[in-house]
Amino acid sequence: MEFLSSLLPAHVAEHAPALVVVAPLLMAAVAAIMPNGRLGWGVALLTTAVSAVLAVAIVVEVQTGGVISYAMGGWQPPAGIEFRIDNLNAVLLLLIAALGLLSTIYALPSVADEIAENRQALFYSAFLVCFAGLLGVAITGDAFNMFVFLEISSISTYVLVGMGAGNDRRALTAAYNYLILGTIGATFFVIGVGFLYMATGTLNMADMAERLPDMSDNRVVQAAFAFIIVGLGLKAAMFPLHLWLPNAYAYAPNFVTSFLATTATKVAFYTLVRFLFDVFWPDAPFVQVSFLWVFAVLGIIGMIVASVQAVFQDDARRLLAFSSVAQVGYMMLGLGIGTAAGVSAGMLHLVNHALMKGALFMALGAFAIRFGVRRISDLNGFARSMPFTSVAFTIAGLSLVGVPMTIGFWSKWYLGVAAFENGWWWAVAALILSSLIALAYVARMLAAIWVAEPHHDRSGGIASARAPWLMLVPMWILAFANIWFFFQPDFLVSLTNAAAEAALNGASQ
Amino acid sequence: MVMVELLAERFNFIIVIILMMTGLYAVVATGNLVKRLVGLSLFQTSVFLLYITIGKVFGGQPPILPEYGGGHGESDYGAASTDHAAGAAEYAADTAHQSAEVLYSNPLPHVLILTAIVVGVATLSVGLALVVRIRETYGTIEDEAINKADYAVDSAGRGA
Repeated sequence: MEFLSSLLPAHVAEHAPALVVVAPLLMAAVAAIMPNGRLGWGVALLTTAVSAVLAVAIVVEVQTGGVISYAMGGWQPPAGIEFRIDNLNAVLLLLIAALGLLSTIYALPSVADEIAENRQALFYSAFLVCFAGLLGVAITGDAFNMFVFLEISSISTYVLVGMGAGNDRRALTAAYNYLILGTIGATFFVIGVGFLYMATGTLNMADMAERLPDMSDNRVVQAAFAFIIVGLGLKAAMFPLHLWLPNAYAYAPNFVTSFLATTATKVAFYTLVRFLFDVFWPDAPFVQVSFLWVFAVLGIIGMIVASVQAVFQDDARRLLAFSSVAQVGYMMLGLGIGTAAGVSAGMLHLVNHALMKGALFMALGAFAIRFGVRRISDLNGFARSMPFTSVAFTIAGLSLVGVPMTIGFWSKWYLGVAAFENGWWWAVAALILSSLIALAYVARMLAAIWVAEPHHDRSGGIASARAPWLMLVPMWILAFANIWFFFQPDFLVSLTNAAAEAALNGASQ
Repeated sequence: MVMVELLAERFNFIIVIILMMTGLYAVVATGNLVKRLVGLSLFQTSVFLLYITIGKVFGGQPPILPEYGGGHGESDYGAASTDHAAGAAEYAADTAHQSAEVLYSNPLPHVLILTAIVVGVATLSVGLALVVRIRETYGTIEDEAINKADYAVDSAGRGA
């Protein structure tokens, strides 16, 4: 990674924090005027690759040289907009850039199959805007700027979800409901930011963090906290604010689902961590109360209820969507524990969940492109029809349950240890119960794939096909990562430990 | 009497809360997709008003520096020019203390809200575009009818 960043010219490296966001934003316009989908894809691939290189360069610099503060347009913070990267959002930057690149590679065959030819270039343009918005949320150090980036990414997400209408008209209503709830969430967030601005007179988050500990009795600050948690909770699909998610994930185009499931809710979750631990003071009484009674309790209810709902789904993508809501519950539990170990476990599960869900949704997309399957019963006997994709799906599915030899095991292990250290044995029990339910819904799909009798075509043979290479490669990279990081967990664990450290210590400085 | 004074003092905030709740209620209560977007816009607009209210400083001048503000005033409003001339004379006489004495309203919330308005417009247009597509596909913009249509298709698919 150091080698890669040393390739960048000095003046590019200096402005990398701005370029990583600006490049996809500008290239979105270029992608929009491309005459066909293939060229649009080329632009998107080039841009995400550039952003990924820049993101890696930034992360390397953060790890060697500490916090980067970039003054947008030369206006010094706290008056100007600051892009600020510490160990906490460095993880997110790396995750979004890497999964954005992998999803884009995957996109070409998937989008060609699902989106009308004359709209493909525009589709990639909307994707790039969304990508830029997500990176912007992760990188910015200014609360209002965060709202703007959040909406940039969300508005283009509504469009992307709605593009699934070619396959299933319910994508339209899913996108519409997502728009209504997403906008309410964003507006709640901006009300909270307004209150914080009223109380502190600043919009810079590092600056707010310095002033807030003195005002933990202030009613305006407490109201701001409530508004921000609800608003960001809606964006992060925190139970019971998750109602937009199952339909949006189930009816969006396959590529969009695999991209959103790995990045969009993760970014919203990061903003929650940022506000809870960095901007607000974790020792403030009202924040303390929310840990146990909001995050831990709702997290546990979410991970059990959503898992049970997942068991009863017929549509494979809806099943995984409910499972995503349950996984957000695990991350919330990590937050609720409130210790460095808890936050670190939550962040670790965030990264791991992105890796496993990315592979799962990509595999479902590959099944869909060859055989048009949606229902679990359609997956019968796919181990013989599409063996490569089935194996990748199985690895990621086992990882979702948390079977040893996959990274899912480490997320649950660290989460369990963090809960146990805190004396929350009931949280450990809930964790085990929820994992057993996860085993039930994953087993349903795996049984269909491996055990059930395959569908026969008219001649009596078994239809078989191989997914396009461009789909197999990113899917297998993610599936391989699921195993690799079980044996080499140090890289991820040290990243998330540093992130938790940055979140907790940033506040007490 | 105390109550009335209290309410009068917080007049803007009361309006903000009324607008906010009206908008949110409209989003939840109606099954018509366009009316829901109207409610959403109202909800967002109430937040604009909240921000603008924060920006007001009692007794504050418009946040324009005197040397720029004077020129504008003369060209735009003839009647106000004498006022500005007096202001300018004062300015010349007492430049050292000028910056400390003049109280300005806070311009930042206005700038923020300009951005938020753009965001609101974008959201509304995407929402309306989606409603147009829904209407083309389903032939209705009533939530209940749409659900019924989807349910009918879904159960027919299951039967087959």
